[in-house]
Amino acid sequence: MSNSKKPRRDFIKLSAMTLGGVGAASLLIPFISSMNPGKDTLALASTEIDLSPLEEGQSLTVIWRGKPVFIKHRTKSEIESARNISLEDLPDAEEDSARVQKDNWLVVLGVCTHLGCVPLGQKASDTKGDYGGWFCPCHGSHYDTSGRIRKGPAPTNLPVPPYVFLTDNRIKIG
Amino acid sequence: MSSNELQGYKKTLNSPYTGIKGWIDSRLPLIRMMEAEYLKFPVPKSLNYFWSFGGIAMFCLIGLILTGIFLGFHYKPSADDAFDSVERIMRDVSFGWLIRYLHANLVSFFFIATFIHIFRALYFGSYKAPRELVYIFGLTMFMLMMATAFLGYTLPWGQMSYWGATVITNLFSAIPVVGDAILTLLLGDFTVGDSAVNRFYVLHWLLAFAIVGLVVFHVITLHMTGSNNPTGTEPQSWDETVSFHPYVTIKDLNATIFFFIILAFILFYYPNILGHSDNYIKANPMVTPAHIVPEWYFLPFYAILRAIPDKLGGVIAMFSSILALGLLPWLDTSKVRSCLFRPIWRYCVLLFAVNFLVLMYVGGKPAEGLYVLISRIGTAYWFLFIFVLAPLVGFLETPRQPLTITNYLQSKKA
Repeated sequence: MSNSKKPRRDFIKLSAMTLGGVGAASLLIPFISSMNPGKDTLALASTEIDLSPLEEGQSLTVIWRGKPVFIKHRTKSEIESARNISLEDLPDAEEDSARVQKDNWLVVLGVCTHLGCVPLGQKASDTKGDYGGWFCPCHGSHYDTSGRIRKGPAPTNLPVPPYVFLTDNRIKIG
Repeated sequence: MSSNELQGYKKTLNSPYTGIKGWIDSRLPLIRMMEAEYLKFPVPKSLNYFWSFGGIAMFCLIGLILTGIFLGFHYKPSADDAFDSVERIMRDVSFGWLIRYLHANLVSFFFIATFIHIFRALYFGSYKAPRELVYIFGLTMFMLMMATAFLGYTLPWGQMSYWGATVITNLFSAIPVVGDAILTLLLGDFTVGDSAVNRFYVLHWLLAFAIVGLVVFHVITLHMTGSNNPTGTEPQSWDETVSFHPYVTIKDLNATIFFFIILAFILFYYPNILGHSDNYIKANPMVTPAHIVPEWYFLPFYAILRAIPDKLGGVIAMFSSILALGLLPWLDTSKVRSCLFRPIWRYCVLLFAVNFLVLMYVGGKPAEGLYVLISRIGTAYWFLFIFVLAPLVGFLETPRQPLTITNYLQSKKA
């Protein structure tokens, strides 16, 4: 074989391998994609809740996407304690007003942002942690009355799910 | 190749046997391979009972696969049925209780054997050249074992299954930016649920057989170099070896029977002592148990996870604690293998073993106060051992001249 043919052969090899590689990688897409939640699972992705039975100071746990959502009818003092703090004291700084649509209604995912346990604090008899909100029994994270992380290993605040008020007493999550 | 050379090459492939044995062996050379690797295979004659735990672990693996097959005939991998089908195995299936208790307790004993096996490798320097790959395949199997055991523990769908699965799969959410998307992809849902238990069941099977595959590689690499022994010196002649059969086979069988008698005692008198009672409560996604504790064999690594006060940092520390052990063959600078002749490193390794047990203890305690401090010291020693002591002690200590196998055996007699 003459030398001038060598680069040509290399080029053919390289492009064949590249094309084959791209083809094989594309074949992975449907397989990996099949592992994601199916349409039936996604169809359950919104929940409607009637808030009228909830007295001030009471909480309700509802299921959304298989996860607990905490709905808290906050008292005046709980709202104040969530607002009367300096943002610098918060590991994950966020204004309380940015986390609620109506001051007296807090809606957060009841899933600890550390490793996914359900924090305590929904029942009157539960321990509510050092900041009057929730306490995760697994690894000791304390959340305040705005669902913000104050102490412990959890990195972020309890996330606020997307929701809208359909009427004054009815919300739709998701 | 000339035709003579080709004939000569083909001749070496001919079976040494005749008759039916020869007919099979010249077509499938398994018989001569088994003879060379398992009957006549030369093994240092100074091996002690620490060398039996590889074989014991293999018997545990075989037992797990056999009991697993029979459990699989009755188990239903769905969020609705899983717990009830396991209860049915326990109550209604003939000898179901025995098969399930065997499966559950064999895992624990598999880990006991493996921990001792790894300690053996560390103490007698089996990880050092030329056995690095034996060791790496071993550690890889150990990681697959942990993954398989975790997946298996989720299947009964009790409270500990569910919340253990939630906590461990949430480790993936520590990955920056794409963590949550990866978690959803892995679970096939937004939480651990029906979709997760189905794929966990499939993966539990898959990984079990992946371990079997790695056992083959572990043994092939071992048989290229031959076994290490307490002296850490290689056999110098046939005199310093014995054949694998009957010497090692009988000795390992003896150790295995003794080991399984202990298993039988736990199995028949305390079958639940190594488990957690909360796992007899059906999974409830709305209520987290007050104390989530992983299985006992995960506790040292769980302690490392919790020792770091940062989510991502904890996850990285936990995974790298095992990965870092894989670097030991290259970080250990000493020319001498066995701790019998290494006055300083010996205590480092023993302390590493004690530290492992201490981490196991604090891993089962709530993450507060003194326990956190101890787990941090333990974690620090783990990495200090690998990254500082292993290279440093090799330079600092003056090892004794290792004995040959013959001299070692004579000195033991005296």
